[in-house]
Amino acid sequence: MTLVADLGQPVSVPSGSGQPGQRRSAAAVLRPLLPYALPVALIAFWQLAASAGLISNRLMPAPVDVARAFWDKASSGELAVNIGVSGLRALSGLAIGGSIGFLLGLANGLSRLSYTVTDTTLQMLRTIPNLALIPLVILWFGIGEEAKLFLTALGVFFPIYLNTLHGVRNVDPQLIEMGQVYGMKGFTLFRKVIFPGALPSIFVGLRFSLGIMWLTLIVAETLSSSSGIGYMANTAREFMMTDVVVLALVIYALLGKLADVVARFLESRTLQWHPAFQTDKKD
Amino acid sequence: MSEIIHRERRINAWGKEIEPEFTPRPVHPAPVPKGVGIRLRGVTKSFGTVPVLTGIDLDVPEGQFLAIVGKSGCGKSTLLRLLVGLDEVTGGSIEFLDEAGQATEPNARIVFQEPRLLPWASVLDNVAVGLGETVPQRQGRGLAQAALGEVQLSEKSGEWPARLSGGQRQRVALGRAMVSHPEFLAMDEPLGALDALTRITMQALIERVWAEQRFTALFVTHDVTEAVALADRVIVLDEGHIALDITVDHPRPRQRGTASLAALEAQLLAAIFR
Repeated sequence: MTLVADLGQPVSVPSGSGQPGQRRSAAAVLRPLLPYALPVALIAFWQLAASAGLISNRLMPAPVDVARAFWDKASSGELAVNIGVSGLRALSGLAIGGSIGFLLGLANGLSRLSYTVTDTTLQMLRTIPNLALIPLVILWFGIGEEAKLFLTALGVFFPIYLNTLHGVRNVDPQLIEMGQVYGMKGFTLFRKVIFPGALPSIFVGLRFSLGIMWLTLIVAETLSSSSGIGYMANTAREFMMTDVVVLALVIYALLGKLADVVARFLESRTLQWHPAFQTDKKD
Repeated sequence: MSEIIHRERRINAWGKEIEPEFTPRPVHPAPVPKGVGIRLRGVTKSFGTVPVLTGIDLDVPEGQFLAIVGKSGCGKSTLLRLLVGLDEVTGGSIEFLDEAGQATEPNARIVFQEPRLLPWASVLDNVAVGLGETVPQRQGRGLAQAALGEVQLSEKSGEWPARLSGGQRQRVALGRAMVSHPEFLAMDEPLGALDALTRITMQALIERVWAEQRFTALFVTHDVTEAVALADRVIVLDEGHIALDITVDHPRPRQRGTASLAALEAQLLAAIFR
């Protein structure tokens, strides 16, 4: 969305002479690439340092080695399988923890009774880092899928719960009164006023929880697995294959970025009304 | 980019259903709009131990444009909230009467000082809120579009409220109140947040809509000039009771700043600051 806006701006500027206009559009083409300049430069520096022998290959592989590891794992199909397994774990954790958090957030935002009964307990549980539960979780569930699912779901639960609650609580009471005056009640009031009003806050919760989702999954997969990106990294560590370890990190970074991009996209689609998302300014 | 295209497509889809230029006057399921009479007997209201209204007796004939003026805290907004059912009376009774003098439940609407538009709904959908859930969506669109025409905002139907000026937002709020052709319209300082020039335009608009639809209007304001410019009758509230009740029988549209209106204003101000 910003990319379109940035590109679109100079085109609408009437260029007097050809020269400055052209210079501007060149800058406009380069501008979206600007955020990637630093990572590219860092990788280039890393490659140069590795080739020059400044970095030990045993501790830190050169980018070219990581690329080769990527190619090996990708062509053998191993990578796709592991990404699929990790992605599925992440999404199921998000679906379970997220929906429980969302529903409880709604319930506690809408019902004083539900809030009084559950909120104090939830706030206490929230202060326990979910990864501190690993020993207990292993005792409960063993080291299978359930343990990973439980930890991920627990991790994503709290940001979504807190932000949904906050969003519902902070819907403009004047709008709610207006809705009631105009005959809205029950589900209609919720659908037309409360939910859309809480949505920006819910998205904040979603984006927080996506970060926690990957974090939890990385740790859980490194503990004990027979598949997944974390398993791939952990096995590689045993054989001192630093290139695969780094590859796993890169993939986690890309998956995290992808999740954030998807969340942002959903946000900009559903919050078009919000002044912060109105990129097409016209008078 | 895609947002614009999306919105234009929606407008076009509506445009196909109803040509703005040739919109026939909508046929509303309710009978032709008409005002409703209001009868208050000994109405009192207290918040805790603090009395706000101390015995209001008032008869408002159907279709009257009644303005209530008074200092802040005189109870004028409280009276309005009682009349539209946002609060319950502490004592006394409020009755709405049809033509035959029988008690009735009127279709009542309110315009607040703030527009209170749903920021996530288009201008047209905001107006359609005024129809409630009873009208089918397709028909609702047509009625809402017609109401937008009444407040001269047809071309803004696909916009987000955030894109409108303060005066335009308040016009949308008026359209939302009018779309169901209420028998009773309560306005709580509806022009209080607008600039002086926009106020004049809005006053003319409110007067025109009222003249066409003949609902009973209750207009709460702290501006006596506005009150005498618009109302058939002006009431001064002071410490919870009616301090003055005068009729303004000047022909409409009223010339602003004439000597006789100024005399009425002086009389009202004297009652307010007594």
